[in-house]
Amino acid sequence: MKPTALALAASLLATPAAADEIWVSNEKDDTISVIDVEKLEVVRTIPVGERPRGITFAIDHSVLFLCASDSDTVQVIDPDSGKVLHELPSGEDPEQFVLHPDNKHLYIANEDDAITTVVDVESRKVIAQIDVGIEPEGMAVSPDGKTVITTSETTNMAHWIDTSKQEIFANTLVDQRPRHAEFTHDGKELWVSAEIGGTISVFDTDTQTEKAKINFEIKGMHPDRVQPVGFKMTRDDKHVFVALGPSNHIAVVDRKTYKPVKYILVGRRVWHMTFDRDEKLLFTTNGVSGDVTVIDIENLNAIKSIKVGRFPWGAAWRPTK
Amino acid sequence: MLKLCLRLLLLLAAASALTGAASAELAVKIGYLERVLPPPPVLSNLEEVPEDEGIAGVETALKENNTTGRFLKQKYTLEIRQVDEEGDFVAAARELLAVTPFIVVKAPAKDLVAIADLAEAGNGLLFNASERMIALRQEECRANVLHTIPSRAMLSDALAQLAGKKRWGRWALIEGAHDGDKAFSSAIEASAKKFGLKIVGKKTWAFDADMRRNAQQEVPLFTQELPDHDLLVIADERHDFGRYVMYNTRLPRPVAGSEGVAPAAWAASVEQHGAAQLQKRFREKHKRTMRPVDYAAWAAVRSIGEAVTRTNSGDLERIRDFMLSEKFSLAGFKGRKLTFRTWNGQLRQPIPLTHPRALVALAPLEGYLHQRNELDTLGIDERESACKAFGG
Repeated sequence: MKPTALALAASLLATPAAADEIWVSNEKDDTISVIDVEKLEVVRTIPVGERPRGITFAIDHSVLFLCASDSDTVQVIDPDSGKVLHELPSGEDPEQFVLHPDNKHLYIANEDDAITTVVDVESRKVIAQIDVGIEPEGMAVSPDGKTVITTSETTNMAHWIDTSKQEIFANTLVDQRPRHAEFTHDGKELWVSAEIGGTISVFDTDTQTEKAKINFEIKGMHPDRVQPVGFKMTRDDKHVFVALGPSNHIAVVDRKTYKPVKYILVGRRVWHMTFDRDEKLLFTTNGVSGDVTVIDIENLNAIKSIKVGRFPWGAAWRPTK
Repeated sequence: MLKLCLRLLLLLAAASALTGAASAELAVKIGYLERVLPPPPVLSNLEEVPEDEGIAGVETALKENNTTGRFLKQKYTLEIRQVDEEGDFVAAARELLAVTPFIVVKAPAKDLVAIADLAEAGNGLLFNASERMIALRQEECRANVLHTIPSRAMLSDALAQLAGKKRWGRWALIEGAHDGDKAFSSAIEASAKKFGLKIVGKKTWAFDADMRRNAQQEVPLFTQELPDHDLLVIADERHDFGRYVMYNTRLPRPVAGSEGVAPAAWAASVEQHGAAQLQKRFREKHKRTMRPVDYAAWAAVRSIGEAVTRTNSGDLERIRDFMLSEKFSLAGFKGRKLTFRTWNGQLRQPIPLTHPRALVALAPLEGYLHQRNELDTLGIDERESACKAFGG
């Protein structure tokens, strides 16, 4: 079933003018919607395992990794054919994961088991399982690859994992129901969103101490309904885009001052997001409305919404040229 | 087995690498006190009331607390006292209060009040996980009692919001003959008034016949005496007769209250906002679905855990102050943070309105506004509070 060089060449020839793509996991349709970034429409729908959530490409974009949560596996998918190449052992109920910069180790949050599973994607073996708090979800890796973070939703912590030992070396409390974590591009800060707490905590990486807390405020909306979940930082370190869940807005936060500078109305229950190649566009997954909002980064406004499958969860970008 | 060993080793390593926690372990004991009463007789033989309702929620929450505690050197243990119908509840309470100030209580109101008023309970904090009586949040409130189970007023307000939204403005009400039914019925009448709905007719269910056989004949006759209505509301807390009313009414009308669309602290069909995970954890451990008293008991133990975690203390005063402060919040799988009302110790919470297969709505419904917190559109708001014990 491995694609031969010939078949690969053939598929490339067949789509000579293919544009870059955004891959969206549809949690309640067991599919992936593939969006063409030039046409801004869905060009392919790919059937996958049950309850697809976490979605990320290999560093060279040669394969896609997908958490098929209810199939209890991580599927490795050929992005050209859309076929499942093989499955990785993932532990039970994999929800989200992060690929180590070595392109070899996948750190997977097992939501139902309070475990972070480390899988070697080459040998396809589990190399470690690390006990974490209840309902692990957010996963992040530092740019130098030395630290991996798991956040646990019910334990309300960020667990700091030393990747040389596959052991926790620190635990830091965050606000209620942490959902997502990201390191800044220089690795000096860790940001963690707390859905029910309504905040993002910013930690100093060296000391694992909190250095800032970001609050959000949308006019006319009770603060309890402004719930930060997924977020992404721009490469130029200017902005952080934060999905605010049921408030149906994306907050644009100044990365240096930690202040929200704008709120952009998007679809319902906005969850995660991804940039395109040049970070000109941002694609947000809106679970309840079942669509993806396209945001123009320069002007900070929503320009289009694209209907995808039921409950789009995550999104990942892939170059085709 | 190898995997298990590996995990144990990693766990030990993790425990030895803690940061930010004191070196000594903080031990927190939580008491669970229950008056075990025989389930009331009902017509249907289909369902059994689980004997572990309440304690199952405590156990689930205790495990969650200990998972967090493992990383912070906090250890939670449980001390249980179950007292039968004839047993000495006060003596059991005294035993528990001698070992811990924090007690989750599943008992009728008079038992709860009796132990709250004990001198020993002055240095205690009780969590009412089962009694829905409104008076316990009003005149009969106690400064040392917090309520994690919603009051009947919160439940009936949730139903009234749904009916208002659906424009089911005319209600017919059928109440059972038991005290709880009448209490729920009067809460329903108060909610109808509060939200501008009209109760056009009311009847008491006083049949002693076996409705499993003749509901089809009796219920149309019984309900045809009610004026035309948009919604038939049933107050039948024991789930005795209500189930036979549905689909047997004279007029084709939706049914709500104890049957049909039911407001409750929790139900098996609640799945959003991460609830599916809690449901799954609970089901795997206890081999049944989670019920309202389980949820309230869970919320009590998780509230203690949350307060201990954030204050890094097991001290009663600090815990109580923290719980009633703005800093406290509990992620209760209902889509927004849960907090305690400072005027009567009631846990603010959204109320799911469900039927057995799905959630119909989660109150407060959109459009029911409140100057401070929309959750306070459910139940007794500060202005209506008759509770003095909290300094109101």
